[in-house]
Amino acid sequence: MPPAAPRMATVNTEEAGLMGVLKNRWLQWLRLTSLLAGAAMLLSACGRADLSPLNPQGEVAKEQLNIMKISISIMTLVVVVVFTLAIYVVIRYRRRPGNDGIPVQVEGNHKLEIIWTVIPLILLVILGVPTVQTVFGQAKDYSKDEDAILVNVTAHQYWWKFEYPQEGIVTAQELVVPKNSTIVIEAKTADVLHSFWVPALAGKIDTNPAGNINRMYIKTPDKTGIFLGKCAELCGPAHALMDFKVKVVDEESYANWISAMKAPAKLPEDPAIAEVFEKKCLSCHAVGDKGVPVYPDLTGIGDRETVAGILVNTDNPKYKHEGTVYDNLYRWIKNPQEVKPGNLMPTVELTEEELQGIARYLADYKLHYESEELRNNDATSDKEER
Amino acid sequence: MAHGSHAVKRYKGILDWLTTVDHKKIGILYLLAGGFFFLIGGLEAILIRIQLWKPMNDFVSPDTFNELITMHGTTMIFLGVMPVIFGLMNCIVPLQIGARDVAFPFVNALGFWTFFFGGLLLNISWLTGHVPDAGWTSYVPLASTTFSNGPGVDYYVLGLQISGIGSLLGGINFLVTIINMRAPGMSFMRMPMFTWATFVTSLLILLAFPALTVGLVALMFDRLFGGNFFDPSAGGNIMLWEHIFWIFGHPEVYILILPAFGIISEVVTTFSRKRLFGYSSMVFATVLIGFLGFMVWAHHMFTSGLGPVANALFSIATMLIAVPTGIKVFNWLFTMWGGSIKFTSPMLFAIGFIPTFVMGGVTGVMLAAAPADYQYHDSYFVVGHFHYTIVGGLVSGLFAGVHYWWPKIFGRKLNETLGKLTFWFFIIGFHLTFFVQHFLGLTGMQRRIYTYLDGMGFNEMNLISTIGAITMGVGVIFFLINVIVTSAKPRTATNDPWEDGRTLEWAISSPAPEYNFAQLPLIRGYDCYWKEKMEGNREMQPAEPLGPIHMPSPSILPFIMSVGLFIAGFGFIYHQHIVAAAGLAVTLICMMLRSVIEDHGYHIEPEEIQAKGVKA
Repeated sequence: MPPAAPRMATVNTEEAGLMGVLKNRWLQWLRLTSLLAGAAMLLSACGRADLSPLNPQGEVAKEQLNIMKISISIMTLVVVVVFTLAIYVVIRYRRRPGNDGIPVQVEGNHKLEIIWTVIPLILLVILGVPTVQTVFGQAKDYSKDEDAILVNVTAHQYWWKFEYPQEGIVTAQELVVPKNSTIVIEAKTADVLHSFWVPALAGKIDTNPAGNINRMYIKTPDKTGIFLGKCAELCGPAHALMDFKVKVVDEESYANWISAMKAPAKLPEDPAIAEVFEKKCLSCHAVGDKGVPVYPDLTGIGDRETVAGILVNTDNPKYKHEGTVYDNLYRWIKNPQEVKPGNLMPTVELTEEELQGIARYLADYKLHYESEELRNNDATSDKEER
Repeated sequence: MAHGSHAVKRYKGILDWLTTVDHKKIGILYLLAGGFFFLIGGLEAILIRIQLWKPMNDFVSPDTFNELITMHGTTMIFLGVMPVIFGLMNCIVPLQIGARDVAFPFVNALGFWTFFFGGLLLNISWLTGHVPDAGWTSYVPLASTTFSNGPGVDYYVLGLQISGIGSLLGGINFLVTIINMRAPGMSFMRMPMFTWATFVTSLLILLAFPALTVGLVALMFDRLFGGNFFDPSAGGNIMLWEHIFWIFGHPEVYILILPAFGIISEVVTTFSRKRLFGYSSMVFATVLIGFLGFMVWAHHMFTSGLGPVANALFSIATMLIAVPTGIKVFNWLFTMWGGSIKFTSPMLFAIGFIPTFVMGGVTGVMLAAAPADYQYHDSYFVVGHFHYTIVGGLVSGLFAGVHYWWPKIFGRKLNETLGKLTFWFFIIGFHLTFFVQHFLGLTGMQRRIYTYLDGMGFNEMNLISTIGAITMGVGVIFFLINVIVTSAKPRTATNDPWEDGRTLEWAISSPAPEYNFAQLPLIRGYDCYWKEKMEGNREMQPAEPLGPIHMPSPSILPFIMSVGLFIAGFGFIYHQHIVAAAGLAVTLICMMLRSVIEDHGYHIEPEEIQAKGVKA
């Protein structure tokens, strides 16, 4: 029911009091800002060093984290201001029992409205300038740089092909690169859209079909290590499992790896297994100079960190997706659909003996490229972390 | 006036609802259907969270998971929240501007039924077992026949085309209504904020939905008739789909959030007993957000390889939206400043909305910085961000609006205790669910994955998220109980049940009579009903003498036309072109009948109005 008669001006808001409170608060907020910057720094200690954008190991990811820190600091400030104001207003101006008056009907306040238009604009300039700088900086084309290592990445449902055109070699699932170097990624897809993402080293780039090649670069850190790579664009049922690894090695190991990859293929010693392998596996896969390079290249697969990008090779398995390299290969070949639903590898008809023989052969197919330094490093930090 | 010649057509029971062209009944139909689809979408969300509560879970298969995420997104956006928005617009906007109905009542009914049957078609896919699974964005080539064989994606393509007709019709209808049918004295700058939001939203619908329709038609040609729009091997281009989708898709998020802004403006002013702070800057901000909403679509495509110039421009354009949005937030806060705040359940949702939406807004600005977006993009950070805007923002706003206008729509006030329980469970569950998702993304979890490996550091946060989702579910159950309990109560709501109503809808009975206003009211200023109350008047002053009121006739044709489209959709999906042709024929015949049958409607005489107690 409408009130019978107007009741005016019992709750009062003086303009001056309002501005005064604002001024005091503003000083407090300024002091808060430095605190917030500290909080943003704390964020950088978050997550696994081989996976987290908040714990970047490469220069590109570090630049990206810088933008994040600027934006998180500004935005935390905004959130704190709004929360403080909201909580204050809700407590201070709640309707108290017995107070049934009509507040002053304020139409607006030009000064205030200009303040909260101009301050956000200034904050946006603070964020916008480094954003634009980094956008252009990270669009730099290193593909003509002679020192840069060129890698053509081709995404497939659900695996990654890495081609080194300067060396004429091809590998899959594991990108081996030297430390302290610039890697130029030229990405495309063979089927649907995927997105190439190594969170600890650099942000992602989509892989488009039909010659629409996307380029980005990665600066590898000055230490060795293994970094997790992911597909970030929905690509079908096994999208979640389309992982890969980036293995940063020292220069000596990298040179060894290149020459080992170029060496002639090493086939199974047992002629019966060799025959089955050539007939049933090399019709789609390749090792060294043998086979058909349509699906993932298997050269040196025993050295890789994973089987099929997702089964992690380790001698001390802790989780369902971990096992020794032999166990993982056996599990994968026996039933690929169980590991990665919807992938294109068929369940090949093999006897138990053939299956074990092929798994053993592949598990032992190592390139022995790692320098002593890398082996030592592997034995300590990386393996422990995983 | 000669008007005795037309017989008064009135149906009863179910036929009344199938034939109604009354905006208030159509509004209720929208609320019911939208609520139904909202529950389906919510159930899908709970299933997704159950699958993700622990690493390497096998609660659902990867295929089912992709179907769930696709249908959850599509259902919530197109069939859940949009219809509830349309429901509130239908129920309230004509009352707020002092109109007797919308400009095109028949088209209004047609809009509802096409939306409903489009949504039904999409969801029947669960029963036939061919469910769309290429994501709500349906990116090609994944959504092409090469990689999504079978009728799944066809349900998406046809269901959305049919329901999209409804959205477009609704948008046009509200534009015309607001431009042409305002009561005497209701100038644009006296319109309530919810009406302003509806106006700008309708304009966005008018400009954005055709883009989606064009995209869907092209995709339909690719899938059903071997077209090559998006087939790179035949000269098509997949980037074309991304652009078309987001030229629609980004304005769509403002189509969703602007009405929520409008609702919050109404609720905050009412329960603070204060005029909206900075009304004209609020109007300006709404229009500016609508305009900028069309300038930023490519920020969804920063990683697709647009190049640095486009990325930089779209970064800056996107950041600019923060300015008008900030104006709105501070205007709401300063509306409450100095007010007399009453904590009713709609007000709780509105107060919860403001900081929650700000959190979604600031992550939006963070995402706008392209180089950082290379990391955030397609990670759980994005999932956290857009749920903060759409659930914490829009859905909170809709809950506020539904609790606020429930007495005006149904004549009964919702139970306040249950309303407050709904609020607390919903908002606590919401923050539990989505706050941690930002950090999942920041530590490397990509979105749309059906599972994650153990030992990645994702386990605890996913568990918290699942617990939060179930808490939100409990909040929604409290709301359903509230609706049922309230329906059993008598209709006792007064004209102005919150006692502090400011806008025109509170000047008439709850629910409003079918003709809304016996006499069109004279609008003497902004917050017109409040103004009259403050001057000691109990009612609005009439702008015309009492006379016969012209009413549109009910019609079954909109329903049958939509059934025809539904049948045609089925025919196309299963390549039964005779069925498709038959369905289209039903629709076309109805259109012809509508054109040739002369129907001038009927009149309600003053005697009948007076019999209901209205004084001349």
